[in-house]
Amino acid sequence: MNKPITHTAQPVAAIPDKQNSSGRRQVLFRLTVTSLVILGVWQAIVVIFSMPPFILPSPLLVFDKLISNPELLWDHSLITLTEIVLGLLLGLFMGIGLALQMLLFNPVRRWLLPVLIASQAIPVFALAPILMLWFGYGMASKVIMAALIIFFPVTTTCFDGLRHTPTGYLDLATTMHANRWRQLWHIRLPAALPTLASGIRVAVVVAPIGAVVGEWVGSAGGLGYLMLQANARMQIADMFAALFILALFSILLYYSTDQLLKKAIPWYREKPNNT
Amino acid sequence: MPATEINIRQLSLQYQNAPEPVFSDLNLQLPAGEWTCLLGSSGCGKTSLLRRLAGLIEPQHHCSGEITDQHGLPLEGQIAYMAQQDLLLPWLKVRDNVCLQARLSKGKPSVEDYARADQLLAQLGLADSSHLLPDALSGGMRQRVALARTLMQDTPVVLMDEPFSALDAVTRHRLQALAFKALEGRTVLLITHDPQEALRLGQHVWLFQQRQLKAASTPNSPVPRAVDAELGDYQQRLLTALKAADEQFSVESACQESACQKSAYEGERQ
Repeated sequence: MNKPITHTAQPVAAIPDKQNSSGRRQVLFRLTVTSLVILGVWQAIVVIFSMPPFILPSPLLVFDKLISNPELLWDHSLITLTEIVLGLLLGLFMGIGLALQMLLFNPVRRWLLPVLIASQAIPVFALAPILMLWFGYGMASKVIMAALIIFFPVTTTCFDGLRHTPTGYLDLATTMHANRWRQLWHIRLPAALPTLASGIRVAVVVAPIGAVVGEWVGSAGGLGYLMLQANARMQIADMFAALFILALFSILLYYSTDQLLKKAIPWYREKPNNT
Repeated sequence: MPATEINIRQLSLQYQNAPEPVFSDLNLQLPAGEWTCLLGSSGCGKTSLLRRLAGLIEPQHHCSGEITDQHGLPLEGQIAYMAQQDLLLPWLKVRDNVCLQARLSKGKPSVEDYARADQLLAQLGLADSSHLLPDALSGGMRQRVALARTLMQDTPVVLMDEPFSALDAVTRHRLQALAFKALEGRTVLLITHDPQEALRLGQHVWLFQQRQLKAASTPNSPVPRAVDAELGDYQQRLLTALKAADEQFSVESACQESACQKSAYEGERQ
């Protein structure tokens, strides 16, 4: 009885690490090439059309601004980055929390789902002045702006993932007499992760928008504040430097989140043709 | 583990908003420790019957009848279920998939659970794959893991819903023999649409036709049977019976439909 009964095919080889690192190199290569092409076109436009620096500064001038006053840029960048990260954490916590409540408690779903959908009719940007009034000009209002802007995509993707668990898994759990909490923890939540991951990827890209819009409406620090000040003094190169850092944050946040999610959901891989 | 006999009495099922029951007043006895195969064409309701036995029919549908063991007690906790898909959780390694019931009932499998899972995987020739994710396995290997998970549940009754239908012929043949050996001593109900599979594995074969069960004759040779001329002969008879029943059912359904339309038309005229 303890002897192996049969042997058939060998396991299919797992995806080798080499392939992963080659994929990362390809992404880096594509990013570098795309950035160089954009910078080249930008520089060409400035030279060909003799653009004055207060309309469109050249990439070289922007680079000069980036390295000439790094402390100032760093201090403001740190404020914005903190707002984005805290906003992301708060938005994820609220979104996942509401999605779980809607799944577990029918009255919450019946009452809150229409409210959640209707809330999207109000532009989050229009809320910024009210948030300033309620939470002041400090970091709190920007964190809440960033959280609000990601709240909807996180909630809807998480809720969609939770309620579309393959029925076969749930049937199996039922025959194994799993209670609803164990079904939630061991089956529904892991099965919802790939869908939730799509929501998180959208969230990390839009969260900086919330933080910067908050800073535009009223703040004493951050890249949005720096851009407003530079704009008022026609220091457009400084504005572009702040914009460049903001874009860099978005790209870094997106790719680091993407890598983290891939590590957290190793069973869910994109098809090679789609990468 | 003592073998369990299953007695099904007056079993009926009608889905909510469906005009007719899927089956009504079914009576069936599954002998203890033996394989019973239920054969029927697609859509005849055999999966619904299996789901009813497994307790997977949602409460809003109309169910009645009794399903008991030889002592007249309900079968709760005595059933393991193996579906057409392997239903391996893609985020759990093979070993953890085998220990799924322990995870779902206790939160975490114990050292003893893992030791037993390793033993079962070794028996099924999967010792080297225990730390892989299901994605890295072939279809046949995945079904063997599903079989190990079923064995790990250690229940006297196993319900199988066409678990080999998605496999190629060679792997299916090999897995049938493997499953038969591994499930020795358990009461097994196998749902299938493949007459050859039913005749190969079933000590008892039932045809599920027109919402009724009819016993089919089987060769006298011991199971799992070899695919030989005799089995081919029985298979041909089963196919003829299934075809005839399907044709009769289509004619009856068409007559019923036209009678309904006629009475509706007359009702409108009046």
